[in-house]
Amino acid sequence: MTDIVLQAKHLVKTYSQRSGKFGFGTSLVRALDDVSIELKAGKTLAVVGESGSGKSTLARCLLQLQALDSGEVLFAGQDLAKLDGAALRQVRKNLQMVFQDPFASLNPRMRVGEIVAEGLLIHGLGNATEQQAKVIAMLKRVGLSESDMQKYPHEFSGGQRQRIGIARALVLSPKVVVCDEPVSALDVSIQAQILLLLKELQAEMALSYLFISHDLRVVRHIADDIVVMHQGKVVERGQVEAVYQRPQHPYTQNLLAAIPGKRALSA
Amino acid sequence: MNSFVPLLQLQNINIAPKNAIDRLLVKQVGFSILPGKTTCVVGESGSGKSLTALSIMGLLSKQLRLTGGQVLFNDGESGVQDLTQLDDPSMRKIRGAKIAMIFQEPMTSLNPVLTVGYQIGESLTTHLGLKGAALQSKIASLLSMVGIPENRANSYPDELSGGQRQRVMIAMSIACEPCLLIADEPTTALDVTVQAQILTLLDELKTRMNMGMLFITHDFGVVADIADQVVVMFRGEIVEAGSKQQVLNNPQHPYTKALLACVPDAEGKKPLQPIDYAWLAESKSQTQMQNQEQA
Repeated sequence: MTDIVLQAKHLVKTYSQRSGKFGFGTSLVRALDDVSIELKAGKTLAVVGESGSGKSTLARCLLQLQALDSGEVLFAGQDLAKLDGAALRQVRKNLQMVFQDPFASLNPRMRVGEIVAEGLLIHGLGNATEQQAKVIAMLKRVGLSESDMQKYPHEFSGGQRQRIGIARALVLSPKVVVCDEPVSALDVSIQAQILLLLKELQAEMALSYLFISHDLRVVRHIADDIVVMHQGKVVERGQVEAVYQRPQHPYTQNLLAAIPGKRALSA
Repeated sequence: MNSFVPLLQLQNINIAPKNAIDRLLVKQVGFSILPGKTTCVVGESGSGKSLTALSIMGLLSKQLRLTGGQVLFNDGESGVQDLTQLDDPSMRKIRGAKIAMIFQEPMTSLNPVLTVGYQIGESLTTHLGLKGAALQSKIASLLSMVGIPENRANSYPDELSGGQRQRVMIAMSIACEPCLLIADEPTTALDVTVQAQILTLLDELKTRMNMGMLFITHDFGVVADIADQVVVMFRGEIVEAGSKQQVLNNPQHPYTKALLACVPDAEGKKPLQPIDYAWLAESKSQTQMQNQEQA
């Protein structure tokens, strides 16, 4: 049996939303409604669903970027929801995130070298020479060069920026990487490059990915297991093969039927 | 209208920045659109597909210039017109009335402080002079045509979902029953299920109103669903054009093959293959050399 690196149990998160006339009333939105997931070591778990299904909230709650109403997030025997301050920071070294929008997620006023090195500085890993060597090695690994360290994010294309985002996340050698729609803002040709890079890095560094996406074609290529979310609830889960071939829930069937060019391109 | 006479014919379109007139961003682009048919322009960002569309409408940014070519438009009424030669007032009569456009981001292309009904009505008043009850009933019928409840005419854009906003954009664009609809990545910002609905809607409207459609996309899946003709653009030039069956099932140009190979398939059987641009440049220069030798 495969080891489970990250486990979430019965997560609940509600937002209050202004409603009624002039927004004087409030109503509660259940963004996560009793969600449980298990991420296996060295594997990729895809979370799919439409906008508003709660998949990004799930990602943020797993990393404690947002507080949960209730539920447990178990990593290395600890419940992350109960940690705070220094203890949480320690754990975060092992839990990194790659964001959707490579234009918004990199600080425009920092050089690429600084962006990638920041995590090492915060966690005090190694001395200056070691840190620099690590940053250079990481940049080279994701397909950039040493001279790129001196440049600013705006000097790069979307695909290159996403490589910087990946380098920033992986330089700490994390165990779990949460990828929140990492390729949905990219051209299809660049998308293929980034997906292959993520796969290679997973094998080299024994990473476990939680891969959030609304594109079922991408998920088919990168994921081992899949969780389908709809209105804050998990409506279907299983191995990718099984779910794609025999979707049980009507919502999953709808999603699969809506894949563009399904008939024409699969021939 | 004779459905074999092209509605729109682009011939040798060249577009360059004003301050670097020799650096062509779009080079010798030409294709035609038939009434009631959809021509898809496919390419990566920077391939010049949006510029080509904007040049048809005469909406190129002030920093760019159309340095050559003709945009021949034939609506069956006023004969063949070269849109590049028209002055602003005549062009304004065509924009919105004969040729309409839908953009990628439904949120940024709608005015947030006006009701959607008002925004749909604007072009009806401008081009057709509709007012009062006649205007209201036309707005209501347009909304129901795109599948939005008629009472939504008084809603503001922020009260609608992304898919509904794009439906409003479509209602606006078809209000004056244009003969050509230009859609620039209209479903890229939408969820897959909503995307499927919008594509079906556009296809139905195109058939019902016998519109020609120029559909810009980077997604070959969408092409497979909606196109009749396909034009593939790479770095400002057309590298391949033909019917959907030809281009998708039997691509000839190495770039088309490479672009198809990096689209993930739903079965996951096909290995993903990113585009090798260096190899592409090499094979391009090789074919050029072969052509020269043959000549």
